[in-house]
Amino acid sequence: MNEQPSKITVAFSLNGKRVETSAHPFDTLASLLRNDLGLTGTKVGCDAGDCGACTILLDGGQVCSCLVAAAQANGANIETVEQKNNPVLEKLRDAFLAHGAAQCGICTPGMLMAATDLLTRNKNPDRTEIADALGGVLCRCTGYEPIIDAVAALAGGNGNLASECPDTGHAVGARVERTDGRAKVSGTEKFGDDVAPDNSFWLRAIRSPYPSARFEISDIDAFLKTNPGIKTVLTAADIPGGNGYGIFPNLRHQPVFAEAHVRHRGEPVCALVGARDAIEFADVASLITWREDTPVIGIDGGTDPSAPALHEEWPDNVLIRGYVEKGRIGDSDADIAATAEGRFETGFVEHAYIEPEAGFAVPEGNGRVAVTASTQAPYMDRDEVAYVLGVDADAVRIIPSACGGGFGGKLDVLVQPMLAVAALKLNHPIRTVLSRIESMAASTKRHPSKIWAKASADKNGRLINYESDGQFDTGAYASWGPTVAGRVPVHATGPYLVPNILNRSAAVLTNANPSGAFRGFGVPQAAIANETLMDDLAEQLSMDRLEIRHLNAIRAGDKTATGQVLTHSAGLDQCLDALRENWQTMLKDAETFNKSDGRIRRGVGIGCMWYGCGNTSLSNPSIMRLTIDPEGTITLYNGAVDIGQGSYTIMRQICADALGVPVSQIEQVTGDTDLTPDAGKTSASRQTFVSGKAAQLAGEDLRAKILAMSNAGKNAEISIEAGAIRVIDGNVRRVIELDSLDQNENGNVFEGFGTFDPPTSPLDKKGQGIPYATYGFAAQICLADVHLDFGTVKLQRIVAAHDVGRTINPTLVEGQIKGGIAQGIGMALMEEFIPGRTENLHDYLIPTFGDVPQIDIKLIEDPEHHGPFGAKGIGEPALVPTPPAIFGAIRHATGIVVRRAPALPHRIWQALQETPGS
Amino acid sequence: MASYFQPQSLTEALALRAKSALTVLAGGTDIFPARATGEAWGHRQTHDILDISQLAELRGITRQNNMWRIGALATWSNIADAELPALFDSLKLAARDVGGRQIQNRGTLAGNICNASPAADGVPCLAAMEAQVEIQGQAGTRCIPILEFISGYRSTVLAQDELVTAILIPERPDATISHFLKLGARRYLVISIAMVAGVIVPGNGDSVEQAFISVGACSEKAVRLTALEDRLKGQPITGDLSRLVEDSQFADLNPIGDIRASGEYRNAAAIKLVSDMLRQISGPLLQQVAS
Repeated sequence: MNEQPSKITVAFSLNGKRVETSAHPFDTLASLLRNDLGLTGTKVGCDAGDCGACTILLDGGQVCSCLVAAAQANGANIETVEQKNNPVLEKLRDAFLAHGAAQCGICTPGMLMAATDLLTRNKNPDRTEIADALGGVLCRCTGYEPIIDAVAALAGGNGNLASECPDTGHAVGARVERTDGRAKVSGTEKFGDDVAPDNSFWLRAIRSPYPSARFEISDIDAFLKTNPGIKTVLTAADIPGGNGYGIFPNLRHQPVFAEAHVRHRGEPVCALVGARDAIEFADVASLITWREDTPVIGIDGGTDPSAPALHEEWPDNVLIRGYVEKGRIGDSDADIAATAEGRFETGFVEHAYIEPEAGFAVPEGNGRVAVTASTQAPYMDRDEVAYVLGVDADAVRIIPSACGGGFGGKLDVLVQPMLAVAALKLNHPIRTVLSRIESMAASTKRHPSKIWAKASADKNGRLINYESDGQFDTGAYASWGPTVAGRVPVHATGPYLVPNILNRSAAVLTNANPSGAFRGFGVPQAAIANETLMDDLAEQLSMDRLEIRHLNAIRAGDKTATGQVLTHSAGLDQCLDALRENWQTMLKDAETFNKSDGRIRRGVGIGCMWYGCGNTSLSNPSIMRLTIDPEGTITLYNGAVDIGQGSYTIMRQICADALGVPVSQIEQVTGDTDLTPDAGKTSASRQTFVSGKAAQLAGEDLRAKILAMSNAGKNAEISIEAGAIRVIDGNVRRVIELDSLDQNENGNVFEGFGTFDPPTSPLDKKGQGIPYATYGFAAQICLADVHLDFGTVKLQRIVAAHDVGRTINPTLVEGQIKGGIAQGIGMALMEEFIPGRTENLHDYLIPTFGDVPQIDIKLIEDPEHHGPFGAKGIGEPALVPTPPAIFGAIRHATGIVVRRAPALPHRIWQALQETPGS
Repeated sequence: MASYFQPQSLTEALALRAKSALTVLAGGTDIFPARATGEAWGHRQTHDILDISQLAELRGITRQNNMWRIGALATWSNIADAELPALFDSLKLAARDVGGRQIQNRGTLAGNICNASPAADGVPCLAAMEAQVEIQGQAGTRCIPILEFISGYRSTVLAQDELVTAILIPERPDATISHFLKLGARRYLVISIAMVAGVIVPGNGDSVEQAFISVGACSEKAVRLTALEDRLKGQPITGDLSRLVEDSQFADLNPIGDIRASGEYRNAAAIKLVSDMLRQISGPLLQQVAS
């Protein structure tokens, strides 16, 4: 057993006040601030100086507080995001809000402090100086440009920092300030590791270092005797209900704690629960005996006939297959003038949300438990936890903390079930936070893929056939593997009209991290294959790459791969029209640039996409509730968890316009499964479309009830004030005195409800049916420079055109697009998770300031009548076209066809060596 | 129980160092990440720590006896912000590209060389400056050339009872120029795939009197390209020196393939980087860089 050195007294100035406290000298300053002094505004993202979330000012200069020993703070002047009355910091807070520089908000304190450091030294920095000064902080949401805009707005001391306060009826479409924005820029927002009760015990899972192994846990009683601060060691034997979770109720096979056998590195086998020092410092080497097995690695490893089965149920390691067939390949072959075919490969991609998984559980008596955690899916979490506890769902309450980024990775329950089990076993509050390395080792990833695809077109460029076979490494457990296998064949053909289609997919089990949901569910991987083949066909037919896409763009009235007739809101052709001028300018730019004889070559690329909003052929309803109490307070009960994208803001905008009141009047209760009705999960680009529609219906329902009571026509004006509602209908004015009305059991005088479940139908044997009620469409073009000596790619500019149906909040929509593009850049050029090797944020590279070029956005509004005020989803569509657009630019610049993502410098260089004349 | 010592004088620190095995802590930019890695897999080792951050003797960048002396506590930012001759341009460029500003404000050049990573950005710069590492123990002081101080992959000749107290850099004529280029897969916070540093000392009549060229991240430790250095001697600095670069001058490199790049790529990149560096500091571009 190891022990840390005895505590010492440290004294320093903290935000202008003298602080004296006892501390472990070798504890980090970040931990001292957060855990001992309760200043949780400073965030910890990596404990290694890689992400900058914990940036504070030490004697005026920015430092990572995770790299400063507590003893080294002695005598220092320390400033954190909680600092008040620093005029530079106060202005930065406003600027961040006005420019959408805070999305999830987890990096925001670090960004603010780095910017404070800069603006204190340099009052008028240019954009490069801003990037240089903030370059040590990673952001996974914004794409950085909004952050640079915010700081640049203060350069020189001026800048308009006001948000819009729209008039009644005009909230939709306005740049309304983020509802949760002020908390995010003040350091008061509470993320998963910021709120646990002070007396909580800490939980630390012990995880397998091996991808495949058998293990035994030794004498726990003996271990507890030598580790007196540890209250218990939880194992599979402590699970009261089913020891498994999974996204699909019939696939709950991912154990909370493994039993005798682990199937991936990072899989938990037990958990220590007790005092923080005790669980952190315990040496567990003696607790577990491992016997390593040969792991099944990679898609080829999993499908090798001699490979052992990971699970008995799937002897060939194929978890599930997907299939879509339309028309018949071969029927129109006589018209084929060009055929393109290729094999493509992509690797694991890590979500790299800057907030690792964290949360706490509190027993509420009578076997009930409340779990607060950073999550995208509180209602699914509730069902998962109830299953593990062996109780009814109503015995579990899930309260989402603020979520410091999710992108699909916080749809799985890494911490919730074990916290609940521990809380009930010890009848005590329990908290946990994963370290960055644990988070990366244990959490889900984007599915690696191997895709074969073949496309053909007639002499005019019209597509005739599309065939594809996509294999996906789904890792050790199902997670969202079935969703990927289902979504890919539907989308693999791209946003184009093709008469004959045969798309297949398979999810292969291996001893890797479970692959799960990640912004696009396999569609980004398929788009790389699809868009490369479109470029091939254009080349063979000597057509312009944009025009061949425009010609084939699926339009209203056309039939999709699943035979669904799109009746409206299919705006790809409009997106391409909007990009045409930029495209031609970029092509000329590249042509001119390449006339010079340098070692840098410039190219232009294009990527298109479509994406079905909501679950694939499955019911996924959302319910919203809007109430008025006798004081006239309007409250939206909003269960659509905001993970940074803005659902706590746009639902208010939608409700305000539906009800006919100013958005400022809509109060909100958010995401608590005891309080808010089920609004499903924040995934599949469904919240704006599905929950937004429910919010609109709730607003309309409430309005109808008020109008009915006042016998007013539907165009009447409503104003709600203290204790009364005034209704003006032409010359008729009525006042409803709220205290004269009966209150319902909740103490409200009016309640409106909205429920929306997008209309879909099941897919038949051939994959025919209506998988989604609507689709988002987009096209992006990219200008990029490739260095022939180094294979490095420098992006110059991206222009993105997205059909969003209707823009609810332009700042938030642009934020989603810029952030999605940044993740697409990472996937295309640098991100490759290798289990056991890149489990930190210095070996696993995500884009930094300076890796994301100028992004121009064109919003196309082809209204979706199912959606709220015509809106549909944007979260995932933002990322899908980016890698193909970048690869197209690399190809245009160099002739190199990228068939493996990421296109790391040495891979591009290698391809250049193999290409004569480059 | 583990110990944490925070001595206030070098004498005290060396006495502690002589007494027991201690892990030396200055800016913490290597020690804390290493601790986090062990902790994640249940192997937390609580080393006894010698925190040297309070040792005033180790601060500052000074000039004495024809040598520049960079105190062992000088951070990357201290170096980037210091008024120093063009000889230090390469080190300043490296300093501005190590990690982010947060790392530059805490990490020390001495820590960078003690950590002895093949990808340590400071080492090729120091190699091209013919830097010496000043080491003190209770027995006295010794000075060792940087490439002898680093004895191999992540190892140094520093004994358990010694401390690095300074890095010593010989003065060069005022007209000396230097440069540094680093190649990575993203803009900020990036570990080098390869990096090169060079110092050119002009003699009479604008010819190269001495040249020092080194390459990092392409071997266990940075390598000096002595064949190229010899070739550069006597050449007119106003011409394009890059034309003198030949593949054979890089024979001492032994780059590995890893997640960041293949060995073959590193080798080719090093050759191009050295060429680019020479092109940028010689010939028509000379004035631009030097100014």
